[in-house]
Amino acid sequence: MIEMQVDGRDIEAREGETILAALKREGIQVPTLCYMEGLLPSGSCRMCVVEMEGAAGLIPSCSYPVAQGMKIQTRSPKVLEARKTIVELLLGNHPDDCLYCVRSGKCDLQQLAQTMGVRQRSFRGKKNQMEKDVSGPIVRDPEKCILCGRCVRVCEEVQGIGAIEFVGRGCRSYIGTAFDQGLNVSTCVNCGQCIVACPTGALSEHSSINDVVAALTDPNRMVVVQHAPSVSVSLGEEFGVEPGQDVDGKMVAALRRVGFDRVFDTSFTADLTIMEEASELAARISGGGVLPMFTSCSPGWIKFVEQFYPDLIPNLSSCKSPQQMMGAVIKSYFAEREKIDPARIVSVSIMPCTAKKFECDRPEMAPNHVPDVDYVLTTREAAQLLRMFGVDLLAMTPEEADTPFGERSTAGKIFGASGGVMEAAVRTAHFLLTGKELDRLDMQPLRGMKGAKEIRAKIGDLEVGAAVVSGLGNARKLLEEIRAGRKDLHFIEFMTCPGGCINGGGQPIGSDPDAARARMQALYRIDQVESLRVSHKNTQVARLYEEYLGKPLGKKSHQLLHTHYNARDIL
Amino acid sequence: MNDVESVLKKFPRAGRDALIPILQEVQESMGYLSRDAVARISKHLDLPATKIYGVATFYNQFRFQPRGKHHFTVCRGTACHVKGSNRVMEMAEKMLKLKAGETSRDRVFSLETVACMGACGLSPVMSLNGEFHAKVTPQKLVKIIQECRETESKNEC
Repeated sequence: MIEMQVDGRDIEAREGETILAALKREGIQVPTLCYMEGLLPSGSCRMCVVEMEGAAGLIPSCSYPVAQGMKIQTRSPKVLEARKTIVELLLGNHPDDCLYCVRSGKCDLQQLAQTMGVRQRSFRGKKNQMEKDVSGPIVRDPEKCILCGRCVRVCEEVQGIGAIEFVGRGCRSYIGTAFDQGLNVSTCVNCGQCIVACPTGALSEHSSINDVVAALTDPNRMVVVQHAPSVSVSLGEEFGVEPGQDVDGKMVAALRRVGFDRVFDTSFTADLTIMEEASELAARISGGGVLPMFTSCSPGWIKFVEQFYPDLIPNLSSCKSPQQMMGAVIKSYFAEREKIDPARIVSVSIMPCTAKKFECDRPEMAPNHVPDVDYVLTTREAAQLLRMFGVDLLAMTPEEADTPFGERSTAGKIFGASGGVMEAAVRTAHFLLTGKELDRLDMQPLRGMKGAKEIRAKIGDLEVGAAVVSGLGNARKLLEEIRAGRKDLHFIEFMTCPGGCINGGGQPIGSDPDAARARMQALYRIDQVESLRVSHKNTQVARLYEEYLGKPLGKKSHQLLHTHYNARDIL
Repeated sequence: MNDVESVLKKFPRAGRDALIPILQEVQESMGYLSRDAVARISKHLDLPATKIYGVATFYNQFRFQPRGKHHFTVCRGTACHVKGSNRVMEMAEKMLKLKAGETSRDRVFSLETVACMGACGLSPVMSLNGEFHAKVTPQKLVKIIQECRETESKNEC
C-alpha cells in the first residue's frame, strides 16, 4: 500500500496504479477526454491534470503513477483554471452548434463546458471547415472532432482494423482515412465502436428515422418491425432505467403504439438460425466439410473476413444472420400468409448495431431487387422514434410479440451476448446428433465478457472443440492460429464487438463500462427463469418448417435463409 | 518488376520500423507515393494503409501526386515569412490554381511549401525545379510563371 495525500486528506493507493485510478476509488471525479478504460493512457488531452507538490507544472493523472508520500491537489485554483481553459480552447474552433447536434445532451465536451462553468466564448478561433463523410452507415463530421484519438485507438487497438488515423500535422491534423477516401471504401467494418467511443458529435450513424416515419405514415404500406435480442435489455437506459433491466413487453407495446403493424422478435429467427446452423455443422462434421465452421451472424465480422481473410471464407457458415432470415421469411412466408405483395411491406429492424445497416444493403440480401430488410434503426434511433412519437415506454403495459414470428426460446435470446450463439448451438446440435437433451444446458465457461473462451463439448461419442471470440482484435489472433495450422476446433463463434451485441455500436451512449456486463447478465437471467430454453422446441419455428420451409438445409431454406460471401479488395 | 517491388525486395521481412525508409525510396524512384504503392507497402509491412497515410502526411517530404514539369517550392520559413513569403504563396496559388502539395491535371505545374531552404539571406526564397530564386516578390513570381507558360506553348507548336 502506498500512502499519499489528496486535497489535504490521507488516502491509500495501490502500487503501480495511476493517480486517476486512486482518485476514482476515493470518490473524486476527475474529468477526462482522451482516457479510455482498459487501454493504455495516451495523456494527450490534459483534461485530467492535477497539481503535485514539487512538480514544476501540472501533471496528467491518467498516466502518472502513484508514489509514496505524494501530495496532490485536485481542485486548486490552478487546476480548475487549467481545465476550464482546455475546454475553452477546444471550443475555440468547434462549431458549437449544439442545438442541431445529434449528440446534444450526451456530449462529453458539452458536459465538461457545463461542469467547468464556461459561460462565454473566450477564444474565437477559425472554425474547422471540413466536409462530412456520409459514404456509409457511419457518418464522420470532422468539424466536431476534438482530436482526442479515442476512435483511432478503439479501431486499431480493440478491433484491429485501423480504418482511421491522424492525418497531417500540428494544427492542421485531422482524423481521416487513407488518401481521404470515404469510409465505404476503407477497411472500416461499420462496427460503430468509434461512435460509442467518441466524446462529441463527430461520429454518428446514418439515421433512417425519417424513412421509417415516412413509411409509418403511408397508408399503402404495411410496416413490420423486428427487434434484436439485446435491444430489450438496453433500450430502457435511454429512458433512465438502470442498465440490465429487461423492457421486452413494454417495448413491444410501445412499438405497436408507434404504429408498426406487426412486431416480431428477432430471437425467433435466432432459433431458426440455430436449426440451420447446427444442421450445417452436423453436415460438415459427418460429410467432411470445411472445419472449423465460423458463425455468420455478425455483419462486421463478415466484412472483416471478406477483406482480411478471404482464404477462410469457406469456413463461414452460409446461414444468413437472424435479421436477414427474419427479413426473408417476412417477405415470403408471411406475405403469402397475409396475401400481400412483398413490395408493399416495409420491413424495419431495431438493432444494437451499425453494421446491420450495411448488411441490409448488401445486394445479395435483396432477391429480385426487393430488400429483405428495408431500414435498420439502432437502439438509440429507436429510443428517439419513441420520444418523437410521444410514447412513454415505461408507462406501457407489457404485450407479446406477434405471431407467426413472436415465439422464442431463451437460446435465441442469449444470442445477444458473446458465447450465446455457441451455447444455443451446442444445446440443439446435441439434440440433433444424439436425439437427447443435454443434462445441463448452462455452459458457464462460454459466458462473460472475456474476449476469447474455449470449451470441449461431448456430443454423443464426438468431442467437439468450440471457441468463442468477441472483438475483432481477438478474432485476428485466433485466425492467425488457424492459418498456421491449428486443427482442434470444430465450431467458432465470432462477434465483432467486445462482449457481443449487448456492447454493440448502436447501443445507448454514455453508459459506463459496467452497463454491458449488466445487459449480459440480464440475458442470462431470462435464460434462467423461462422454461423454453432450446431452439428446436420453438413451436412456431417447427410450424414454419412444416408449412413452408420443409426441413433444415432443404431447398427452400437454402434459397431463403442462406447466402454467399465475396473477397473484397480494400485499400 | 515495377519500382515498388524492387524497393520492397530490399526490405525482406521488414517490420513497421522500416516504413519511413521504404516510403523515401519509393518516392525517390517514383517521384511520389501513389495509392497503389501505399496499398502494396501496406501488404508488405502488414500495416493498415490508413496508418501509412497518417505517417506520410506528418512529414513534409512525402508527396501523393506526381511532380509537375515545373515544380515550385515556396519557402515558408521564419525569415521568409517575415519578408512576405505568404504573399508569394498566395500569388502562386492564385496563378497556378493549385494548393500546396497539388499538381495540375496536365502535370505541367506543381506547388509545394517547405519549412526552410537554408537560404535565409536570400529571403523570401523560392525554387523552381531545384533552381533558387532570391528575394521573390509576387510580381517577380508572375513573371517566372509566365516564362514557364511561354516555354510550354512553344513546345506545343
